[in-house]
Amino acid sequence: MPRPHLLPLALLAFSWASPAGAAVLPDDRADVLYHRYEGGGVTIDGPSLLVRKKFAEKYSVSANYYVDMVSSASIDVVTTASPYEEQRNQASLGLDMLNGKTQYSVSLSGSDENDYTASTASFDISQDLFGDLTSVSLGFSRGWDEVRKRGDREFEEPVDRRSYRFGLTQIVTPKLMMGLAYETITDEGFLNNPYRSVRYLDPDSPAGFAYQPEVYPRTRTSNAASLNARYFLPYRAALSGEYRWFTDTWGIDANTVRLGYTHPIGSRWVLEGGYRWYDQSAADFYSDLFPRRDFQNFLARDKELSTFTSHMLSLGATYELPSFGWTFLQRSTVNLFYDRIRFDYDDFRDVRAGGTPGTEPLYGFDANVFRLFVSGWF
Amino acid sequence: MRARTALLLVATFAAAGCGGVEPWVKPYERQNFADPIMAADRNPVSTSYLNHVFEAREGARGALGSHGGGCGCN
Repeated sequence: MPRPHLLPLALLAFSWASPAGAAVLPDDRADVLYHRYEGGGVTIDGPSLLVRKKFAEKYSVSANYYVDMVSSASIDVVTTASPYEEQRNQASLGLDMLNGKTQYSVSLSGSDENDYTASTASFDISQDLFGDLTSVSLGFSRGWDEVRKRGDREFEEPVDRRSYRFGLTQIVTPKLMMGLAYETITDEGFLNNPYRSVRYLDPDSPAGFAYQPEVYPRTRTSNAASLNARYFLPYRAALSGEYRWFTDTWGIDANTVRLGYTHPIGSRWVLEGGYRWYDQSAADFYSDLFPRRDFQNFLARDKELSTFTSHMLSLGATYELPSFGWTFLQRSTVNLFYDRIRFDYDDFRDVRAGGTPGTEPLYGFDANVFRLFVSGWF
Repeated sequence: MRARTALLLVATFAAAGCGGVEPWVKPYERQNFADPIMAADRNPVSTSYLNHVFEAREGARGALGSHGGGCGCN
């Protein structure tokens, strides 16, 4: 459970994926994906299966099954705990209904691992307007989580989550489409990792510092807004861009910029390239090294709450397979995507280097992300 | 109160305008948007996974409407 308080956000977000293209139900398709993340001493891989099928002309059902197999020897784990392995399973079911130019979507998701359980229910509605040039969507999700702790049977804490969101997509010109999204998420309950610790100066310790458990506020509210655009170039290729602004009640402010380029070659190949920049400030109660034990009410040393910047380069290729002559399969593709991410932390130090506390080198690492998948339309 | 009145006026004008707006991009001019390379999210299962890679390692979250959501874990 490297970062349990964020896992259910994925469930909230998954349910939002379907209503983006209102007035047209998504294609019938199946995807089988293998994912792998390697970086910072952590390896996570596993499969994801997604099937979507229309019926009775106005309904579409979808099902997703996802597995994470985690092997972690991250800097947090090797400095304050022991390397571990675990598995997380997640299942989601969705139903979309089209009624004229209005699309309704409901979904249920469940995620389970040995020390964390998450359940989420979502509802979204979208409507096409102005001759289908504009699409407006509204959504709400509610999540119920349960946090547990290995080795402590008495430990059991709830988390309540809510997400409110608004989206707008607009065809601006025959070649330009733009979108706007806004989302507020609130959490209430046990929001920190029960295993993670903060460090503080301790003259009695041989290393000069010692550890105590993290303490987070029991509530968090965040607001995020994004603006995106996609442009069709004169020679059949697409440029895309996105900016996202983020702020929350913990004092984190973040900015994200993403650029992408999609280039088909012939009738079978599509190549993609992209760059993503991310930058955030630290939470108000974050510190790499507190002056003393119990220095303040709330204490965090989770590097994801620190000040840092990341850069990501992406490459991807899609190949449309020749027809197999199967009548039920209209077309199929094989896809490979690779991302290289660089994380540089401004106030999280690598304590493995030793030396005077607070003067260790700043931490940073590279991650490799692979997605290999086969898609079929039927 | 003033803000609420202004909001009501905006909503009224917007609602009144719904029926009268002439689409400035005609249906026959929209073939570019039917091209798969212009899809907001060509591969939902893949995008969902990548979004969760970000959410698990970054403080920011939400407003990912343009390219689906995240399913997956880290």
